[in-house]
Amino acid sequence: MARVKFLCDADRCIECNACVTACKNEHEVPWGINRRRVVTINDGKPGERSVSMACMHCTDAPCAAVCPVSCFYTTADGVVLHSKDLCIGCGYCFYACPFGAPQYPKVGNFGSRGKMDKCTYCAGGPEADSTPAEYAKYGTNRLAEGKLPLCAEMCSTKSLLAGDGAIIAEIYKERVMKRGYGSGMWGWKTAYSDSPTG
Amino acid sequence: MPSSLSNLRALTAAMVLLFVFAHPAAAQLSFKPTAEAVQEDKLLNALKEGDKISGRISIPDVNAANLIQPAGRDWRDFHRSKLPIIGGVAIIGMFALLAIFLMVRGRIRVDHGFSGTKILRFASFERFTHWLTASCFIILALSGLNISFGRKLILPLFGADAFSAMSTYAKYAHDFLAFPFMFGLVVMFLIWIKDNIPGKLDVLWIKQGGGILANGMHPPAKRFNAGQKGIFWMVIVGGVLMSVSGWFLLFPYIPANVTTMQLLTVIHAVIAMLFIAGIMAHIYIGTVGMEGAFDAMGTGEVDLNWAKEHHSLWVEEEQAKGQAPSGTTPRAVPAE
Repeated sequence: MARVKFLCDADRCIECNACVTACKNEHEVPWGINRRRVVTINDGKPGERSVSMACMHCTDAPCAAVCPVSCFYTTADGVVLHSKDLCIGCGYCFYACPFGAPQYPKVGNFGSRGKMDKCTYCAGGPEADSTPAEYAKYGTNRLAEGKLPLCAEMCSTKSLLAGDGAIIAEIYKERVMKRGYGSGMWGWKTAYSDSPTG
Repeated sequence: MPSSLSNLRALTAAMVLLFVFAHPAAAQLSFKPTAEAVQEDKLLNALKEGDKISGRISIPDVNAANLIQPAGRDWRDFHRSKLPIIGGVAIIGMFALLAIFLMVRGRIRVDHGFSGTKILRFASFERFTHWLTASCFIILALSGLNISFGRKLILPLFGADAFSAMSTYAKYAHDFLAFPFMFGLVVMFLIWIKDNIPGKLDVLWIKQGGGILANGMHPPAKRFNAGQKGIFWMVIVGGVLMSVSGWFLLFPYIPANVTTMQLLTVIHAVIAMLFIAGIMAHIYIGTVGMEGAFDAMGTGEVDLNWAKEHHSLWVEEEQAKGQAPSGTTPRAVPAE
């Protein structure tokens, strides 16, 4: 099985936010939650770059490490998923996540956060693949249909890449070689480099 | 002189054109659209401790503008590696200490035996406040420990589903019982502060080790001795720290971004471990550790001999006010 990853080529990102919108629409993400977002660094200055960021599906994921009820699991493809049935909405994954991926619908007073929601790499959750129960909690399971995440699939400049980590890294390196510049594989060092297995 | 200026412009334009046509390759190379482009590596290397890479975002959630916050790894390290050591040393250490103390010193008896005469030590309102705060504290402590260590200690026993259901209720209990706990804290502060101001007697009490190390030694004390004052101030200071840090965790993001909230959880967790260890000692001495002590918070009335041994000056004050029976049993002699 391939180890799937996301890669955002910031030199190609035009901050159109289509990935954000596509994700929200595909999964019927609740109001106030964005599984994917586009952040512009040095906005308005020469050399500004926009980066599309969601859950990076880290190797040795920090969210899974700190979860008090151990609701996370990693699939054979390296996708980090979680069970909303087990999640207690404590917020620990949000503190540990380097990318601000976990988010919580506000369901009540005080700290009563709802079940955590984050990018699933369009791979659903622990429920049986492509069932209404899975869709209601986690959104579409495109991976089960043999499709890649929608955000990357519909990126107009092919800035956002999804797929086998080795292949998308190769594509990015080729681009950098050809055009002579690249602002980096955003988040990769943080998400994958700390572990010997990458 | 406009004419000479336009001449200069024309001359410059001609030179630029000449340069471009003569060296097309050089002209292309001199234009570098990415020379100033932000580099992730540079940004990461320039980050200071606890800093994050952030930018501008077009959605209303300001927290989403943080792109990468490597400090999350430090928080994870604290939660997974440091907190179990802090909590383990504090709680298991205190348990061991109390067990050794009980084995060596045994239960502290009333030297002159029970007189059978009672004296009122805590009125019903004081006891209510104590037990309100105490019962909240115990549930807050257990549900807090469950969040910190339940995954290791309890989850394997019951399985993921049952543990998750239990933890959900524990979390709600933790969120909501925080308020009666804070209320009890304020009331305790108001009703007992006057008896808990440190004084000269406390120095003497501490010098003599509170008389708990040797049989029959009882330094004089008013309503609260130095040990009890220590517990009072530990509860007040610890309670305030827990309340303030907990308050901001209960209302996430109101004043805080993710970095502040990480710091608040660290404060909340470390103070909690020390607080729990301190309260364990308090529970020990109030129940198993000392004969006759539990009555003070149980029925509110303690035996006169117990009171004379541990709070000699307080008994005298109460007797002077005519609110206490004057016992006929021999008085405990202060150890000085």
